[in-house]
Amino acid sequence: MPTITDERASGAAPVTAAPAVRRRRRTPLAARLRRDWPLLAMTVPAAGLLVVFHYIPTLWNAIAFQDYNPYAGVGGSAWVGLGTFERMLSDPGFWDATVNTLALTGFQLVFFFPIPIALALLLNSVLSRRVRKVMQSVVYLPHFFSWVLVISFFEQMLGGAGLLAQEMRELGMEPLNIMNNPETFPLLVTAQSVWMDAGWGMIVFLAALSAINPSLYEAAASDGAGRRRRLWHVTLPGLRPVIVLLLILKLGNALSVGFEQFLIQRDAVGAGAAEVLDTYVYFQGVVVGDLSYGAAAGIFKGVVGLVLILVANRVAHALGEQGVYSKQ
Amino acid sequence: MTTATIKRRHPERPVWEEEPSPVGKGLKGIALTGIALAVVFPMWVVLVTSLSPERVINESGGLVVIPGELSLRAYEQILSGGTVTRAVLVSTGVTLVGTVFSVVLSVLAAYGLSRRGSVLHRPLLFVFLLTFLFGPGLVPSYLMVTGLGLKDSYWALILPSAINAFNLVVLRAFFMAIPQELFDSARIDGAGEVRILTRIVLPLSKAVTAVVALFYAVGYWNAFFNAVLYIDDNSMSPLQVLLRGMVLQGTNPTGFAGPTPGTAVVAPNLAIKMAVVMLAVVPALLVFPFVQRHFTKGVITGAVKG
Repeated sequence: MPTITDERASGAAPVTAAPAVRRRRRTPLAARLRRDWPLLAMTVPAAGLLVVFHYIPTLWNAIAFQDYNPYAGVGGSAWVGLGTFERMLSDPGFWDATVNTLALTGFQLVFFFPIPIALALLLNSVLSRRVRKVMQSVVYLPHFFSWVLVISFFEQMLGGAGLLAQEMRELGMEPLNIMNNPETFPLLVTAQSVWMDAGWGMIVFLAALSAINPSLYEAAASDGAGRRRRLWHVTLPGLRPVIVLLLILKLGNALSVGFEQFLIQRDAVGAGAAEVLDTYVYFQGVVVGDLSYGAAAGIFKGVVGLVLILVANRVAHALGEQGVYSKQ
Repeated sequence: MTTATIKRRHPERPVWEEEPSPVGKGLKGIALTGIALAVVFPMWVVLVTSLSPERVINESGGLVVIPGELSLRAYEQILSGGTVTRAVLVSTGVTLVGTVFSVVLSVLAAYGLSRRGSVLHRPLLFVFLLTFLFGPGLVPSYLMVTGLGLKDSYWALILPSAINAFNLVVLRAFFMAIPQELFDSARIDGAGEVRILTRIVLPLSKAVTAVVALFYAVGYWNAFFNAVLYIDDNSMSPLQVLLRGMVLQGTNPTGFAGPTPGTAVVAPNLAIKMAVVMLAVVPALLVFPFVQRHFTKGVITGAVKG
């Protein structure tokens, strides 16, 4: 009872708000603990898992500065300073993987990014509710598949023993195998990403579209704006915050273009086309067993990604957009 | 005249919008059909092939587009013991145990973090939110899991990915939107936190909890790389790893029950492969009606409030 009256009083009279807050702060820790310990006990198991599988491993990145020997452990291995990083930066394999990653990200930015927007505009323009619903379910579905499954479907359609090759053979043509052609690989992985995730990516744009006030369209139309003008002056400004947000996130993730997708197809097209930073970390660190080197490449990826997202967010603020987070 | 034009208009079309041209309408229809076909056609071909007996597959020269004679032989064969059956059981078990484990921990933590001003509220919340900004990296995670002796243990497939901060934030946002009066009255009636959670909060957030459970379940079922990293023992492989081996690497897993004595018909190899693909699809199809109803709504409102 006393606490309830306290809060009422502080809410009703802003003048007394400050002392009320101070008084509440003075509640002894022991009393607050007695009140809140069940909440703490509920949070601790999940937080503990994150500490064990997220935060402690983050600290273990220190092995990048060591010549890490798994048998000696972190304590027994020799510190080598930035030696591993120097070795990494002068390794052509590392730069190949970085260039591949950035090229694939750029490719996806151009050929993947606009598709969910176009898909949302298309579906939004469909008036029949039933058609809209059926289409939505159909395009969401592949999002729930694993990469192995998505690539299996592509293999069955476009691979050496796939439907396309089968039909070409029947027509007496030389069969194409798109699944192991390194030259068209960027196109292939983008097509796979579109097939799997364009429908899911559309959701957020559909939500943004439904948040646009219909009276804006009506006003534009009565002022004589046609379809295209309404798209340009009403729809796109309405989508702009979401587009900027997703571009920032995409930029922040420029160095993680995908992992399983490339790992699975690396055998088929070769490391020259399919080696991205994530697979490079895996092969150097775990498969080859150079753990320090793998950790160093991982740190490089993480730090550059963090810097990229902070920079992109700053740019968005400068352009007057909301961005991912704001200081308020 | 006017009544005729009004009649032709779609009832949902706003009055100010022009009637689209027939060409535009036609193009839109073609686009929609094309998109739907691009998604459904590969699944159709794989499904039909998995159901086709030897003769039909030979006639079509491989994959079957138009169903002829159908048989369930391939499914009977892979599900009657052997590697595929074991992989399906492993995947199912990991998915069930993992999902229960993740949902219980996430609901508890989300509730524990749902009251502003409780002891350590902010620092603990940060422990979860910071995971959005950076990951530990592959090599240190690998060292941790192997260092804990989880190699070749099913827990290696569950523990490292058991808590997803995004799911937790979604749950927490819902819990925080529950009217404060409900908590107050429960407390006056003498209910403790556990009772409030199980009797008031959970019944009110069934839908969002189910959505989160689904997210986790799909994640566990689809997990592939964790198994590549941590499971060396082939008999413990989940379905995704087996699928990759069979369909993409062309390994023919031994250990099929084979033709059981008395049944002479053996399912063709291709049908068996396609049947394994279909098995991996099944959970996605099972959750789908549910997704239709709750998923998008829950995800979007949750994310906005969080």
